[in-house]
Parts: sequence; C-alpha cells; structure tokens
Amino acid sequence: MPTLAAGPPVISARQLSKHYGDFKAVDGISFDVPAGESFGLLGPNGAGKSTTMRMIGGVSQRTSGDLTIMGLDPEQHGPEVRAHLGVVPQQDNLDEELRVRDNLLVYGRYFGLPMSYLRPKADELLEFAQLTEKASAKVDALSGGMKRRLTIARSLINEPKILLLDEPTTGLDPQARHILWDRLFRLKESGVTLILTTHYMDEAEQLCDRLVVVDKGRIMAEGSPAQLIREHSTREVLELRFGSERNTTVAAELQGIGDRLEPLPDRVLIYAQDGEAALEQVISRGLRPITSLVRRSSLEDVFLRLTGRSLVD
Amino acid sequence: MTEQAPTTDGAVTAPPYRLHAHKPEVSASRARAFGSWYYAEHVLRSMNSYRWTLLASSVGTPVMYLFAMGIGLATLVDRNSAGAFGEVSYLAFIAPALLASATIMTAATEFTYPVMDGFKWRRVYYGPHASPLNTDQIVQGHIIAVTVRLTVTTIIYFLIVAAFGASPSAAGPVAIPVAVLSGLAFGLPLMAYSARIEEDKGQFALVMRFIVTPLFLFSGTFFPLDTLPVFLRWIGWISPLWHGTELGRALTYGYELPLWLAVVHVLYLVVLAVVGLKLARAVYARRLGR
Repeated sequence: MPTLAAGPPVISARQLSKHYGDFKAVDGISFDVPAGESFGLLGPNGAGKSTTMRMIGGVSQRTSGDLTIMGLDPEQHGPEVRAHLGVVPQQDNLDEELRVRDNLLVYGRYFGLPMSYLRPKADELLEFAQLTEKASAKVDALSGGMKRRLTIARSLINEPKILLLDEPTTGLDPQARHILWDRLFRLKESGVTLILTTHYMDEAEQLCDRLVVVDKGRIMAEGSPAQLIREHSTREVLELRFGSERNTTVAAELQGIGDRLEPLPDRVLIYAQDGEAALEQVISRGLRPITSLVRRSSLEDVFLRLTGRSLVD
Repeated sequence: MTEQAPTTDGAVTAPPYRLHAHKPEVSASRARAFGSWYYAEHVLRSMNSYRWTLLASSVGTPVMYLFAMGIGLATLVDRNSAGAFGEVSYLAFIAPALLASATIMTAATEFTYPVMDGFKWRRVYYGPHASPLNTDQIVQGHIIAVTVRLTVTTIIYFLIVAAFGASPSAAGPVAIPVAVLSGLAFGLPLMAYSARIEEDKGQFALVMRFIVTPLFLFSGTFFPLDTLPVFLRWIGWISPLWHGTELGRALTYGYELPLWLAVVHVLYLVVLAVVGLKLARAVYARRLGR
C-alpha cells in the first residue's frame, strides 16, 4: 500500500538520536508520518522503539537530530506538543486509588478541560472502551485487557488527532487483543493518526499502513507490510523440523531447494514461491522431516532476513 | 461484563467525537497557567478515596498523645517539678511540640511512599507527565495537595489541643501554619531524597527510625533543649521540629522568644523548604525525562 495522504507530515524525524552514555538507544532514524496514517515501529525488545516514542511524546530529550510534531519541536513547545497527543504507554499507569470513570476525569483536567465537557465525554469513552458497566469499579478489579482499554479511553479524553501506542497489546490474551485491535481500527477509520510500536508481526500486519523495521536503534527497512514481505521474502515458507540435533546437519542436504535456506536451532526454513513443490523436492531427496508446514511469509521472516535474528526471543 | 460489543443493534458505535474539546493550544496555555493545581486536584481526589482513614488518624493521634503525655505523664511531672516550665503546665509545654511533630510525621509519610509510588510502583507520575503538564508542576501539585492535607490534619490537632485547654494564648491558631511550614521544611528535602531512590531497600524505614524518631525525641519536644548535654543539642538546632516547636510555644502560651530568634526560626524553616523544593524539581525533571 503506498503512502496515504499528501499534505505536510504531522510527525517528522531527521537523524533522530538518543544516547545513554556510550549506548546508542536510537541511532539516527528519519521518517515522516502524514496525517491519518497508521505508522508502526516493528522491532525486538531493546531496538529503540520505546525511546523513539518517548521523544515523539515530548517527555524525553533527544541527543541530536530534528523532530517536529505538528510542526513544533517538543523540546521547545512541550505542553503544546503534548496537548495534541494521546498517549498509551507500555506500562499502564492508571491511578488505582480512583475509580474507573474518575481516572478519565482527572486526566482530562490536565488539559484544562471543564467538568461540563468531561462528564459526558467520560461516559462516551467508557462506552467506546466497552467499560460502561465498570464505570464506578476500582481499577484494581479490572482485567489486563480492561485496564488497557481504559488507558486507551483515557488517552482520548482530549480528542487527540495523534495517538501514540507503545506495545498496546503486549501481555494480553488473544481475545483481548482482538477487541483492542477492533477499537484501534475504528479510531483509524475516524481519521486519527496512529503511531504504534510492536514486536508482534500480526499486530503490525493488522494495524499498520506503513512501518519501519527497527533494530539496534536503526531503521532496517521501510514500507507497507505487503511491500516489505514482497521485497525481503518469498511468497511462501516451508518449515521443517528434523529434531533439534539434526536441523543444522540436514541443512547441507537441502541446498538448492527454494530460493533461500535458513537453518534455525529448532527448525529449518525454506523460502520458496511454492512451498508444496519445495516439500516434494525434500521428500524426493529421501529426507523425512518429523513435521512440515507450508505458510505464507510474514513480517517475522522479513525481520529474520534483515537482522539474522528472531523478533521474539 | 462480557467482552462483547455493547451495542444491542450491532451498529458500529461512532468513534468518540460527538462532544468537542477545546483546541490543543487552549489546553497547553491552561496547563502552563494552572498545571500545578490540576495535578493537586488529582492527588486530593486520590486522598479523598481514603478520607475516613485519614480523618480517624488525624483525630486519634492527638487524642492518644494528649491523654498519655499531657494528662498521664503531666500529672507526674507537674507534681514533682512545679514551675519547671515557667508559668505553664507540662501539658501546655508539650502541646505545641506534639502539634508540630504530628505534622512533620504526616509529611514524612506523604513524601516517601507516595513518591516511590509515583515513580515506580504504580507509576502514577507518568500519566500527567505525558499530558501538557511539566515536571515542575507535578512536583508542585503533589506539594500543594500534601499541604492541604497537612493543614486539615493540623487544624484538627489544634482544635483538640485547644479543647484540652493547652493553648491559652490568643495567638495560638498561628501555630497551625507554623506547624505546616515545619512539615514542609522537613518534607520537601525528604521528597527530593525519595525521588532519587531507584530500589526500595527499606530506606524509608531507616529514615523513620534514624531520622524522624531521634528528631521527635531530641528536639526539645518533651523537655527544654538546654537540659540536654551540649554534644546532643545540635540535633535540635538542625531539626525543623525544634524550630517549629519554639515558635509554637511562643504562640500558644507566650513562651518568651526574642524577635530576632523568631525570625531565625522562620527563616531556617523557609530555607529548608525552598531548598527541598528546588532539589525535588531537579530530581524529578532528571528522572521523568530520561
């Protein structure tokens, strides 16, 4: 999918860097995000995604480079930049001493919003987050997925046009994740620009129009999920397991099948346009894998190709 | 609730843009002007959720201390050393000290564990930090809220002291803001210290045991500071409790205090509070902005 709208970018980063002593958490990354786009930073833990998000969120100072949000430098116009944003941090920081609805009210007060606006708005957001029945519950009593939805509801109290989501579904069960994705998709449809980090390829594929693959503070590749898969992987992947002892030794005998071979400790991946045909070739060479699986290429494969490492270790 | 869409007709709920917030520019300028008060409002609402516990301890503590020390111990002291405390009873002598020490102890509680909670346990500070508020306003908002709490607690304490007849002077109520100032003089440097703690290894328990308790015992609380041997008197001189207590005594029963000394006491308390505030702002900015 090509980049969406024209018009000036709502977020623009040039050679953005953040160092902690000798450690380069973010090492010269550049990107633009146009209004209404859903933009993802995909990478393993420690890649620099959260640090980038914190700089965009106007809460962490950069070491060098340029960064603007709505044309404003967050280091000179912190309150103005943050007033444009909704932020869903990696770790929930709800006030557990307050009730669910009160968490939205006090948060709205930080934006100087009057109670006459906040009361009905809080009810509306609770409905959106499917938490209406929990309005007067203690935050403690909520499940992980509910807390996450409440954090998202809270981030929307000021009607931001840009929403920052740092690993929005990490630690949630599959059902809770799908509910969340659905809510985020609706926000995207309503024109909110979403910036999200994730180390889940399925999340990136579901939500992102465009993404950058980040590793060790640098951008390894950029494009839509489909584009990245097309450019950096084959259509299909054949996964073979020969038992943990044999995977690497067998790899030599598999040479020449498919476009590319990737021996991993627990399995061997064969990248091919036609996975079934590749499997037939394997069998015809007299090799008998314990299990075999043909699947479509995913962002995981892109990441593996670009960095030589798995996304989730 | 079940994790299902709540709409009965199955219709897609409109995304949440029916009511309209003011523009981000308005949010930013309001936050710049009133941010500390907005955060104070939040902290006070949190405190409000356990107001009965706070109220019970605000009433229970003075009643307990005044009965034990002011009535029980005082009977013995007054019988054996009549006139040892000037014209006044032992109860009147210790009442302003108990008042100031209660405020300081409350401040010690409010500026330790809740600070850790803000940075680490429940990360409460990181919510406002992502909003238009800045870190100074988070510090100040927390302080405003605690000051409100200290004032309420101290007023209750003072009313009970007065009910015991232990504040005969008309200037007595002025001891309330003095006690609150003493609380801040002790609490704000402690707040800066608490904000520096990355890992709770029992530091707060040590602060209570080895700083708060000795100050409580050796700040001229139960006996005049000059009855202590000289090598122990310094504890009182550096202690905000002693400075607050001396002022309190002058106010509640007309203890003789030269004006210049009163000024020194007030200045000392103000300087501690201001230095604490500045340190806390620097530590918060560094830690939240990492």
